[in-house]
Amino acid sequence: MKRSLGAAIITASIYAGSPWALAWAQGASAHNIAAPPASAAPAEDGQWTMPGKNFASTRYSGLDQINVSNVKNLQVAFTFSTGVNKGHESAPLVVGSTMYVLSPYPNILYALDLTQPGAPLKWRYNPKPDAAAQGVACCDVVNRGPTYANGRIFFTTLDAHVVAVNADTGEEMWKTKVGEINKGETMTMAPLVAKDKVVVGNSGGEYGVRGWVQALDAASGKSVWKAYSTGPDRDVKIGPSFKPFYDGDKGQDLGVSTWPPNAWEQGGGTVWGWMSYDPDLNLLYHGTGNPGPWNANQRPGDNKWTTGIFARDPDTGDARWYYQTAQHDIHDWDTINEQVLLDMEWDGQMRKVLVHPGRTGFVYVLDRTTGEVLSAKPFHALTAVTGVDLKTGRLQYNPDKEPIQNRVVRNICPTAPGSKDWNPSAFSHRTGVLYIPHMNMCMDWETTEPNYIAGTPYVGAEVRMFPGPGGHMGEFSAWDIRAGKELWTINERFPLWSGAMATGGDLVFYGNMEGWFKAVHARTGEALWQFKTSSGIIGQPTTYRGPDGKQYVAVLSGVGGWAGAIVSGDLDPRDGSAALGFVNAMRDLKNVTTKGGTLYVFKLP
Amino acid sequence: MTRGALMLLCASLLVGACERERREFRRDPVVASDEDKITMSSISPGGGQPAAQSSARAKEFENNAYHVSQGKKYYTWFNCNGCHSNGGGGSGPPLMDDTWIYGGSMENIVRTIKEGRPNGMPSFRDRIPDDQIWELAAYVRSMGRAIPQDVAPGRNDDMHPRPAENRQPYVTPIPGGSTPPSGLAPQ
Repeated sequence: MKRSLGAAIITASIYAGSPWALAWAQGASAHNIAAPPASAAPAEDGQWTMPGKNFASTRYSGLDQINVSNVKNLQVAFTFSTGVNKGHESAPLVVGSTMYVLSPYPNILYALDLTQPGAPLKWRYNPKPDAAAQGVACCDVVNRGPTYANGRIFFTTLDAHVVAVNADTGEEMWKTKVGEINKGETMTMAPLVAKDKVVVGNSGGEYGVRGWVQALDAASGKSVWKAYSTGPDRDVKIGPSFKPFYDGDKGQDLGVSTWPPNAWEQGGGTVWGWMSYDPDLNLLYHGTGNPGPWNANQRPGDNKWTTGIFARDPDTGDARWYYQTAQHDIHDWDTINEQVLLDMEWDGQMRKVLVHPGRTGFVYVLDRTTGEVLSAKPFHALTAVTGVDLKTGRLQYNPDKEPIQNRVVRNICPTAPGSKDWNPSAFSHRTGVLYIPHMNMCMDWETTEPNYIAGTPYVGAEVRMFPGPGGHMGEFSAWDIRAGKELWTINERFPLWSGAMATGGDLVFYGNMEGWFKAVHARTGEALWQFKTSSGIIGQPTTYRGPDGKQYVAVLSGVGGWAGAIVSGDLDPRDGSAALGFVNAMRDLKNVTTKGGTLYVFKLP
Repeated sequence: MTRGALMLLCASLLVGACERERREFRRDPVVASDEDKITMSSISPGGGQPAAQSSARAKEFENNAYHVSQGKKYYTWFNCNGCHSNGGGGSGPPLMDDTWIYGGSMENIVRTIKEGRPNGMPSFRDRIPDDQIWELAAYVRSMGRAIPQDVAPGRNDDMHPRPAENRQPYVTPIPGGSTPPSGLAPQ
């Protein structure tokens, strides 16, 4: 553990509550100068209207009634069963005096009345998705949350529809089919509403689908633009305004020429993760998923535009820049993790940056106006990659771990879900620290010949995962973005699959797969409070100011997801390759937790 | 010892070997279509067992090592492993345990492959020839070893993430399953 900064932080926290603390915090922010842009992260209003909290995706709330000195008294205010037994990755939203909770498939939206004791059910909306969609969802039938804008709740359904629901009445405003489950397309991501457009993307990178991102008109649900992640430039919406930073991304129709003939048609690059939006630059940021199939020997080339980050004009969808975190991805390292937008001093200059803790094992700091990589520092034990070449932007692979047909390559770190999967980190501008829930795992990987049958998996790999160095599989790390190093880390027995949330009370919240919901000191990592919920936690904590003026903290408990599929899908622990190799590492989870979705809301007495 | 006695011994060995692996090489496609009456329930109104009638086909396939090993090959070829892994399951349910949501008999499994099931099992009707579906079903039955040990496959050509089929203890399939089909608890 890195003690020097930790000691300074502890010293500072001793003065918490005194005028010194305030001076220190202000001094720190003036000196660190890392904060989300005000246009993307407006002043605290006590609500939580989108999973990322704001367009900058900081997952930070300014509420500070619950703080380091009183969090030990936190207790349950109310609970609510979603009636669903699958993995609950969604974030509970609060708009005004109503809480919105979205279940995994069958994607039921519940509205709870926060003005009444016990928050009774106001209404429910059931989109009744096609049950067959469950058969083409690679990694449990999850959903990562609804989002709110202009009196409507928007969300995606597993059978590839986008729905708009009246936030007051639960009435369906529109429902648009945007994907075809018979081809393996599903939807699990939380939409982002930028201006008057609902931006969504598809899932199905393990089924040989062709990834896309699409904007729907928020009023009518009609498609405004759609950009694919593979194929000719016009399909990808690459035109004269596309100015990538690195030479490797310049050229005509790279989405075709960096693939074997026609392989891009089943090339993946699905857009199933997080998006951010910078209103000042009018740029939308989204990642693209892994190329298909996993067997990389079937698709020689850089496989543009998979496993990268796009900046697009949200009005037209036109691409502005692109950066590929893993050219010719060999181990399923989707680039769909969150992009935290910050303005910070970098080498003496103020830069508009985008921070992305990637599956490849590096925390990327990009200039979000150009796509230039300012820094890429490792946050996970690595054997498969050695670094990122900042001149070319290219990931440097270790040739010893590259796939060979029908041979088991051992001890590859990180694993297929990466150093960190979808579960988002949080950034507090009070501490200037990024809080990253992630994994510590390695794997054996055998490349096999896949067989493309539309609507069935298109993978071509036998995988088994196991704990990384130290034997624990999860880590919760406080990350110094500028220095590119960990300040402190909390080890967890199982992989962390829940999101993080930071608050103005200098607390960070997260949950683990055993079911413990935890509050830790944002400056020291000291465990201050924990509560055992009914099932493992893979959801995203949120916080809000209730109609009574008090601060509450909410989280969904309900194990599942790729990591928890062994429990939510009743998988057989004797087969290590089950759930694409995750079961090999998760055999004990069945002895620790059971499935079942419940909302927990906490308050001070 | 006479040469005649030795020949007799060899002949009897040959006959014995033939006895063990008898199978039809090519079935009449008309006769081979579905004629089984199958059920997914163990109860029936009015008392007595549900009306069910099965041909001898199930035994013919699941007691035959050739059919089972063909089934193992098709299991990968038709991407069954993409969802059910090497029997432990993934997006699809496990096949090596004793729990069968839609019934664990040969006839049930053949129906499941052919017709699909509402919670995500695709229908393979007219995509896979009938005999190959029976071979697949026989292999599926071997995964949790509901078939004789000497018929069950012994090794994978790829990474061995699980004990071999013929090393498993014999299990009796429990029909009907225990999982609410959609993962949705009763409301």
